[in-house]
Amino acid sequence: MILSQFIFIPLVAAFLIALIARKKENIAAAIALAATGWIFIVSIIAFFKLPAHGGMILTNTSGWDIPFTIGLVLDNFSAFMLIVVSLVAFLSALYSIQYIEHFTGKWNFFALFMLMCVGMNGVILTGDFFNLYVFMEISLISAYALVAFGTEAEELEASFKYATMGAITSTIILFGIGILYSVTSTLNMAQVGHILQNTENSKILFLVFGLFITGFGLKAALVPFHAWLPDAHPSAPAPISAMLSGVLIKTLGVYALVRIFYNVFNAPPVVLTILLLLGTLSIVIGGFLSLVQWDFKRLLGFSSISQIGYVILGFALGTPLGILGGILHLLYHSIFKSLLFLDSGAMEYATGTRDIRELGGMSKKFPVTSATTMVGTLSISGIPPFNGFFSKLIIIIACFQAGQSFVGVIAALLSIITLAYFLKVQKYVFYGKCNFKGILEKVPATMKFVLIVLAFLCLVSSILLIPSIKTVTLDPVVNNVINKTQYIDKILPFLGSL
Amino acid sequence: MILYIMCFFLFLVGVYGAITKRDLIKIILAIGIMGYSVNLFLILIAYRTGALVPILKEGLHILPSDMVDPLPQALVLTSIVIELGITALMSALAIRIYEKYKTLDITKIRRLKG
Repeated sequence: MILSQFIFIPLVAAFLIALIARKKENIAAAIALAATGWIFIVSIIAFFKLPAHGGMILTNTSGWDIPFTIGLVLDNFSAFMLIVVSLVAFLSALYSIQYIEHFTGKWNFFALFMLMCVGMNGVILTGDFFNLYVFMEISLISAYALVAFGTEAEELEASFKYATMGAITSTIILFGIGILYSVTSTLNMAQVGHILQNTENSKILFLVFGLFITGFGLKAALVPFHAWLPDAHPSAPAPISAMLSGVLIKTLGVYALVRIFYNVFNAPPVVLTILLLLGTLSIVIGGFLSLVQWDFKRLLGFSSISQIGYVILGFALGTPLGILGGILHLLYHSIFKSLLFLDSGAMEYATGTRDIRELGGMSKKFPVTSATTMVGTLSISGIPPFNGFFSKLIIIIACFQAGQSFVGVIAALLSIITLAYFLKVQKYVFYGKCNFKGILEKVPATMKFVLIVLAFLCLVSSILLIPSIKTVTLDPVVNNVINKTQYIDKILPFLGSL
Repeated sequence: MILYIMCFFLFLVGVYGAITKRDLIKIILAIGIMGYSVNLFLILIAYRTGALVPILKEGLHILPSDMVDPLPQALVLTSIVIELGITALMSALAIRIYEKYKTLDITKIRRLKG
């Protein structure tokens, strides 16, 4: 029961918004806020309820047993992802109430927003390959529509580009699922993993690996497949940019890759090597491309490519420390990148421009935005008391431990480049001489509140690394990923037979 | 086997179209072709020579081993609906892009840079 809420509640909220809120637009925001807040509370409860259930909760979506119906699976890794998604979703919904005042069709925005949450929660919870594809498409279609929400020429162009690349790779993923079905005659993830364990690996599986790396790699914006992200993420309204960069690329890309390659395919070494290579390439190319950007949000988009490279690098190392680093950086990046995108949204709301050369000296006029951007900058570039330092440090140490010293050195150097391009933002936007000629608007109170909460989380989330807290929060998540066959073994007893 | 190769060829036709064509409508059509080739592939997986309809009924004595696989047929229905949604959304985007740029040529739709 607890699991179907994660999909059911946002779906009902989306329909309610479409039904009721057409006339009274304030209700739309209230419903969206209530739904995301509820999901956030339930996801935290679910995470701490897991040990009582032996680390895994299973729900069948119909009266049949699992291989004949779609099973929803909650283990520590998916519960952790649910908390990340619902935290960012709740804060983005709170932020959008005031932010989208100057758009028309507010209820459309919130209905699409809730549908995106449905898709992401579904991707996280599902234990079935085809269902993964369906939920992925739900969240992607609403993401395409949300990127084009402003209906300016650039936004439509970015959305079309995103939709083209997304549709091609979704087809590629479906092709891979079809091949996998023809090899194993089942779509259930645990059963696929079980069958592949007990049979001789056929060569066709390498084709499946390639198709999945291409497909989910594009969703995660790894480097050869990154071209859509710097257009799509900046074009969306700021709360949606925060959702897209903060959680969508991680859910559809990183989570799906890790779940499939670790828990189903048992971490084949060739895939880990490819992911290590792609992750390192993403760190370097994303980092250097963001140095030359002058558009605030576009710079943040390129920076997302670089940071997602760190996450993939951590997971690709395959050691417990590397996976811990990957999980931590996934959580921390979703916090500080949402913060930075919402900051850029606040600046755009107040000044009407995103070009950082046109601004300057804004720190006196917008003390809250300026201070929170500073916190975000220090976090993302890894300055000690802030959270980004710990996750990057763990990833770099894990690189050296795993014998990938060269990659470790690159990761450390690119951390300095990160500081460089964010200091550029600080210098041009918040300090120095004011070049801005237009009219300044005030940043509304709810937007400021969200910024302060996220900046606070940047500092506070470091306490997850205190050993006594780490053993109950992060260690079960790492165990879920590193004990590859545990996922399969726990589901197998629930499999019915005709 | 020849059917699978032709199906894969259809897939490649779709990829070729999506990569090389300059017209928005042709790109949408090429993505459609890719989708159809994958649907065809799913149906081909389910096909068995000489097999019968997958229906269990009184008076109709078909052993499960003589049936075609019903699951991919259900999957294809779902994936057709999803592709319909994507085609509709992309066509709507193409119409709005045409209103803004007065062209469907992607070499002229280049206001984003970098």
